Amino acid sequence: MTSSLMLLTMTLLLGFIYPLATTGLAYLLFPRQASGSLIYRDGRVVGSELIGQKFTDPRYFHGRPSAAGEGYDASASGGSNLGPTNKKLLETIAERLAVVREENGLSTNEAVPADLVTCSASGLDPHISPEAALIQVPRIARARGVPEEKIRQLVEQHIEGRQFGFLGEPVVNVLKLNLALDALR
Amino acid sequence: MSFDLLQMGSYLAVLLLLAVPLGYYMARVFSGERTLLDPILKRLERAFYRVARVDVTKEMGWREYALSLLVFSFLGMLTVYLIQRLQGILPFNPEHFGAVRPDLAFNTAVSFVTNTNWQAYAGERTMSYFTQMAALTVQNFLSAATGIAVALALTRGFTRRETGFLGNFWVDITRTTLWVLLPLSLILALVLVSQGVIQNLSPYLKITTLEGKEQILAMGPVASQEAIKLLGTNGGGFFNANSAHPYENPTPFTNLLEMLAIQIIPAALPITFGRLVGDRRQGLVILAAMFLLFVLGLTIVYASEYYGNPLIKALGVSSPTTMEGKEVRFGLAQSSLFATITTAVACGAVNSMHDSFTPFAGLILLLQMMVGEVVFGGAGAGLFGMLVFVLLTVFIVGLMVGRTPEYLGKKIEAREMKMVTLAVLIPGAAILLGSAVAAVTKIGTFSLSNPGPHGLSEILYAFSSGAANNGSAFAGLNSNTPFYNITLGIAMLVGRFGVILPVLAVAGSLAAKKTIPPGPGTFQTTTPFSFFCSL
Repeated sequence: MTSSLMLLTMTLLLGFIYPLATTGLAYLLFPRQASGSLIYRDGRVVGSELIGQKFTDPRYFHGRPSAAGEGYDASASGGSNLGPTNKKLLETIAERLAVVREENGLSTNEAVPADLVTCSASGLDPHISPEAALIQVPRIARARGVPEEKIRQLVEQHIEGRQFGFLGEPVVNVLKLNLALDALR
Repeated sequence: MSFDLLQMGSYLAVLLLLAVPLGYYMARVFSGERTLLDPILKRLERAFYRVARVDVTKEMGWREYALSLLVFSFLGMLTVYLIQRLQGILPFNPEHFGAVRPDLAFNTAVSFVTNTNWQAYAGERTMSYFTQMAALTVQNFLSAATGIAVALALTRGFTRRETGFLGNFWVDITRTTLWVLLPLSLILALVLVSQGVIQNLSPYLKITTLEGKEQILAMGPVASQEAIKLLGTNGGGFFNANSAHPYENPTPFTNLLEMLAIQIIPAALPITFGRLVGDRRQGLVILAAMFLLFVLGLTIVYASEYYGNPLIKALGVSSPTTMEGKEVRFGLAQSSLFATITTAVACGAVNSMHDSFTPFAGLILLLQMMVGEVVFGGAGAGLFGMLVFVLLTVFIVGLMVGRTPEYLGKKIEAREMKMVTLAVLIPGAAILLGSAVAAVTKIGTFSLSNPGPHGLSEILYAFSSGAANNGSAFAGLNSNTPFYNITLGIAMLVGRFGVILPVLAVAGSLAAKKTIPPGPGTFQTTTPFSFFCSL
């Protein structure tokens, strides 16, 4: 008797009052974050600054390969889960390397940043490393007919340093950078 | 690399700094002393007891304590199971998810009630908001509170003398929930939202990307569940990608907070223990032993990841080469740290995919779970697990010098040792039997995604994770099959209650004993020598 009544009251408090109160407070204090940190352009949602998007157009910076659904499926997050010595992983990386080198006109002895050829854990990683962005500058300059220097400056402006100066890694948010590209004129 | 060391070092410093006050606070809560939150919570607590008809003054012997715990856990399992089966007709289901398959619902129910939170399902594709809140979030709280209650009961076994009573299970879980878990969760949830973790009840959002493709953003009440998922060392993610998902863990700062949230209660409990048994050093010795083993594990994991994957490097990839299954914003340091914490603490949340870790790092993660997760360990479960090992040590050392072994003034005799041995061996047996069956049957090996020896590691990891109530995975193993759902479910039950019951029995028989004053021949459990022996 006590067991079931206890479970019932606990469920009421922890399963309804707690999450609903948190939702209320979250909307009151941080409405933008609570609803997904969405980015608007011309009054329309074009994405979330936290969720990566699939980019294949040479005129845009490309993000990381993704194992979420068909790629960047934000309703099916996940990684590849391929082991470190798995042949399939090594072959896939080799294929991706060839593509990255060809798209960006790199020679075979130039090393490519790992994040451009490996899947993230979530499959929705919104970031790439600054090196991975810089490597793509000449391609984008060519595709858009804009001087390389201008694109490079844009990348530099979009490098976000470590949080509070020491946490995490320096990153570039791909969606934000591409929005800035579109805004260039 | 220097930034990496700075991050890991500062994390450990902050952890210890916060663990001490929390440990003292919990000691006050559990011994019924006054705290700051009393004006609000006292009233709520009394209301709880009135509704649930709890007689606060009633003390329970170990059998009654264990029975209450078992009945409560079983009812919890039944509720979680039924909510999943009925979610199609329940509210808060904007994506119209249907009933969860019976074997998966069973696995999930067991998993959350045993504080394992093995995830055989993909949250954003399977569970309605109702299920996430009323079933999963609730058990995140209650399974943690139950673990802490058992640790408390064992502590009372040492502090009480010549009584059969261990306290009141209902009071223990109520106070743990109201004074410790709930306030910490509420604060953490709001800080997480401020950094970008979502918290809403909206339907999934369909958007058009910059390149004109459709993308569906999964939504939900994430922050409220994220907070207790970590604080309660549960680990079952709202989303499939768990704490790697940017909506669960958007920034390096949230990552730091989430790591702290996982480890803070397990690190504070030894301090609470020392305080409750009236000998602070006893708690510090346990904490120091845990800490040393932890730093050792972390060093190996990080070094192995930093050294990288020579096979990938050979293809012409620049360092760090081990970014498969990791997020750029976390990098190697925050990923290695998180992985070491989550396997040491029995949490099972992940911010990177362990299956893709370098072999040596994967080995350490596996090892940490196999030793029963006493290196901090789950909420409460870590402390009582470590105490079991301490008793074992004291007994062996006692035999070597030919004295009746004692710990904290209690003689350790045959009956206690039998129970301790059971508690140590039962999870191991579950890992061994489960993995053996899975490895030699077609139905077991069918689910592997990586061939060869790594495939065996996936199976071994799954059963270790289940029996040790961890819940993290070498997720390449497709475990959402009736075979794995049921066998892993059983492993989780055995690993949880096969330890809790003997521990409560030990607590009961210790409480009934006299406390003897330490004599000249007593083995001092706070000396460096005994510290070394426990290790």
